Amino acid sequence: MTSGVLNLVLKRLAIALVTLLIVLFAVFFATSMLPGDTASILLGQAATPEAVAGLREAMHLNDPAILRFLRWLLGLLHGDLGTSYANEMPVAALIGGRFVNTMKLAGITTLISVPLALTLGITAAMLRGSLYDRIVTVLSIGVISVPEFMVATLSVLLFAVYLKWLPALSSVNEAHSLTDLVRIYAMPVITLTFVISAQMIRMTRAAVIETLSTPYVEMALLKGASRGRMVLRHALPNALGPIVNAVALSLSYLVGGVIIVETIFNYPGIAKLMVDAVATRDLPLIQSCAMIFCLGYLFLITAADIVAIMSNPRLR
Amino acid sequence: MSNLVEVRNLKIQATTDAGRLVEIIKGVSLDIADGEIVALIGESGSGKTTLALSLMGHARPGCRIAAGEINVNGKDMAALSEKERAKLRGTDIAYVPQSAAASFNPASTIMEQVIEVTRIHRLMPPEQARKRAVELFRALSLPDPDNIGARYPHQVSGGQLQRLAAAMALIGDPKLVIFDEPTTALDVTTQIDVLKAFKSVMRAGGIAGVYVSHDLAVVAQIADRILVLKGGEVQETGTTAQILSAAQHPYTQELLAAFEPKPRQAQADADAATKPLLSIEGLTAGYGPAKPDGLPLVRAVDSVSLVVEKGRNLGVIGESGCGKSTLARAIAGIHPAAVGEIVFDGKELEPAAGKRSRDQLREMQIVFQYADTALNPAKPVEDIIARPLAFYHGLDKRARSKRVDELLDMVRLPKALRYRHPSELSGGQKQRVNFARALAANPKLIICDEITSALDTVVASAVIELLKELQRELELSYIFISHDLSVVEAICDQIMVMYNGERVEQITPDKVKAPSHPYSKLLFSSVPKLDPTWLDGLVRDPELVSQYGHR
Repeated sequence: MTSGVLNLVLKRLAIALVTLLIVLFAVFFATSMLPGDTASILLGQAATPEAVAGLREAMHLNDPAILRFLRWLLGLLHGDLGTSYANEMPVAALIGGRFVNTMKLAGITTLISVPLALTLGITAAMLRGSLYDRIVTVLSIGVISVPEFMVATLSVLLFAVYLKWLPALSSVNEAHSLTDLVRIYAMPVITLTFVISAQMIRMTRAAVIETLSTPYVEMALLKGASRGRMVLRHALPNALGPIVNAVALSLSYLVGGVIIVETIFNYPGIAKLMVDAVATRDLPLIQSCAMIFCLGYLFLITAADIVAIMSNPRLR
Repeated sequence: MSNLVEVRNLKIQATTDAGRLVEIIKGVSLDIADGEIVALIGESGSGKTTLALSLMGHARPGCRIAAGEINVNGKDMAALSEKERAKLRGTDIAYVPQSAAASFNPASTIMEQVIEVTRIHRLMPPEQARKRAVELFRALSLPDPDNIGARYPHQVSGGQLQRLAAAMALIGDPKLVIFDEPTTALDVTTQIDVLKAFKSVMRAGGIAGVYVSHDLAVVAQIADRILVLKGGEVQETGTTAQILSAAQHPYTQELLAAFEPKPRQAQADADAATKPLLSIEGLTAGYGPAKPDGLPLVRAVDSVSLVVEKGRNLGVIGESGCGKSTLARAIAGIHPAAVGEIVFDGKELEPAAGKRSRDQLREMQIVFQYADTALNPAKPVEDIIARPLAFYHGLDKRARSKRVDELLDMVRLPKALRYRHPSELSGGQKQRVNFARALAANPKLIICDEITSALDTVVASAVIELLKELQRELELSYIFISHDLSVVEAICDQIMVMYNGERVEQITPDKVKAPSHPYSKLLFSSVPKLDPTWLDGLVRDPELVSQYGHR
C-alpha cells in the first residue's frame, strides 16, 4: 500500500526532473534567438566594434550555444547558478532576496485566497440555484473577465489616489511595523486574490456539484443525513482530486505570472527580475528564474497529484 | 390506521428540459400491511422507482410531490418538513439501492457507511453499532463477517455489496425497507444468494418491504402482493398467485407472455449441408503486457474455438467477467486476439480490424449493448444510418436517403424518426437504430453483444422477434452474446457456455434442460422461474456453488 504510493511519487519526481530539463533547454534557446547582443547592450551605443568583440570573447559568447548551456548545467550541479552578465554579481545573490519577496507575497495571498475560494465554492454548491449561488457565480465570472492590470490600476486610483489610505508603491524595505506591512501588502494581495480565486471558486463549485449528484450522496440523503453531512462527509472527499488540482494551477500563477502586479506596485519580486533580465539579455539570470518558475509549478502539481492519490482509496 | 403504509391519490410532477410540467405519477393509491412485501413492477419509465422513493418523502431533482397523502407509520411524508423527513429516513423507512456499487461512497470504509445511520440518528454507541452490523453481515451470509467491514467498497464483489447495502438499511431497525431493483445488476448465480438472504432476514424480522423490479420471476419469489404500474398509473394489483395465474389487465398479460418467448422452430433440417461462415480455432485474447510467449498477462478469452454456419445463430452465454464481450471484440478485431485463427467466409482474417479489407469489415458488423453510448448524440438518426452507406457503398445523397427509409422500415420504425436525435428516442427505438446501422453495411454476420439486456422484457422480446424476421429475409447469421438464457434460447441454434474465459460446453436449445457440464447445470438451474415456490424449493449442490459461484 505505502510502497505503491512511494513508487508513484518517485515516478512523478523523475518525470518532473525530465520536464525541468526540457524547459531549461527550451528557455535557453529561445533567449539565444532573441535579437540583440548582450555585449553591445552592456557597452551601450557608443562602444567601438573592437570593444564589443573583446567583451564577447571574455564572456564566452562566441562559443556554441549548446556548450554554454552544458557549462551552465554543470555549474548548477555544484550549486552555482552562474554570474549575471549585466552586473557581474552571482545570480544566486541577485535572486535570493527577490525570491523571498515573491514567496512572501505568494504565501500571504495563498493564506487568504484558498480558504476564501474553497468556502465560497463549497457553499455555492450547497446552495445551488439560490440567490447566493448566483451572486457568487456572477462575481467570479466578472472577476475572471477583468484583466488584472485593471484591478490593480483601479485599486491604486481608489485607495492610493482618492482615499489616500494606502501607498501606491509597495516598497518592502520600508516596512517597520505590522501596520506598515499590512498597508504595503494590501493592494498586491487583493489584486492577486481577485485573479486566482475566481478559477478556484468555479472549479470547487463544479466538482462538489458533480459529486452531489452521485448515487452515494442520494443514499446518504435517504439515510437521513443533513445537508452539511452530505457535502462534507460524502461529496467533498470525493471531489478533493479536482479541487486540489485547480488550487495548484491557480497557485502556480503566483510564482511566475505575477509580473503585471509586481510591475504596477513596483514590488521587488522575482518575476520583475526576470523581465529586467530579458531586457539586458542576461542569460544566466533568465535561465535561473525560469528554473525557479518551473520548479514551483512542478512542485505544486506533484503535490496536488499526491493529495489526490492519498484521498482515493482505490489508488492508495 | 390499520396499515403500515397508506398512499392516497398520490401525484408527482416532473419538469422537463423544456420547462413543461408532466405528471409522472397520476393518482396512485397503495396499502402495505405490517410485515407484507409488495412488489412494484413495470417497464422503465413507469414510475415505479419514483413511487418507491416518495414513500421516503424524497423526489429526485426536477420532480415534486404535487398532491396526495403518503402515510407511513401514521405520519404523512408529503406534509412533513425536510428535517422531519430526515429523522424518519434510515430509522422508520430504509432504502436498498439498485446499484450498491455506485451507492457506496468510494472514499470511506464499508463499516463506516453501514453504521452511519446510527451515528446520524444517535441510535446507539459506535461499538454497539459495529457489533450489530457484524450480526447482520452474518445473517446475510456474507463471507468473513468480522472483517469485511474494514474494506473499501471497491474491494468486495457486486453481490456482496448488494447484501452490505441491505445491512446498511437494516441497522436502524426499520419498519419498511424499499428495495429498488436490488438484483438487476447481478448474475443469476449470485442473484439467488442475495434473494435468499433478503428473504430470510425480512421474514425473521417481520419487516414490511417494497420491492421494485421489472423481473416478474424474481418478484414471484419474494413478494406477497404485486402492483403493476404503467405510465404512472396502477394497472392491476393482486396477490402474487393471482397475478401469475389469472392476470386481468392486457399489459400484465403482455408481461407474462414476454417472459416465455416462443422457442425458435428448428431450421436445422431445412438444408443439412450448411457451410461454415465463421470458424475460429484456439483464439486467445486478454489484457496487460504480453508475456515472452506472446500471450497477454490476463487472459480474458482462453483458446476458444467455435463455428458459425451460414444462416444459423450461435449463442454465447456466461456471467459477467467470463470473457464473452472480449470474445466478440476479438472476432470483430476491435481488441486484436493474441493467438488464434479466424476464418471468415473461407478467408483468414487479420487479428486487428485496421488490417482487414473494407469488404471484410463490411460483412461482419457488431452491435453494442448500450445504444445510448453507441449512437452519436449530436447527429440525427438519418446521419447515423447514412454513415456506413457512404463509407462502405459510396452511395450519393439521394440513394442514401432512399436507403435510410428502407432500413428504418426494416427495423419497423416510422420514417419520420429519421430527423430525430438519439435522445428523443425510447430505449427500444435506439436499439433498433443501432441495429439498422449494422444492417446498412449489408453484413453476412452480426455480432450482438447483450443488445437486449438494457431493455424491458416486453421491448426486448419485440427486438428478438425483429431479429428473427430479418434473418429470414436477409439470410443473416448472428452471434448472440447474453447472460440471459431465455433470450439466447429463443433465437439460437447452438448455445456455447463460457466460464472464466474458456468454452465449457456447446449444446442445442432443446437440450438446455439437461446440460452435461456441472457449470452449465448450475447456471441453467439458477434462472428464476415464475413459480413462487421455486426459490424455496431450489436445492443446489453446495460443491458446485463453492466451485463456480463468485460469492
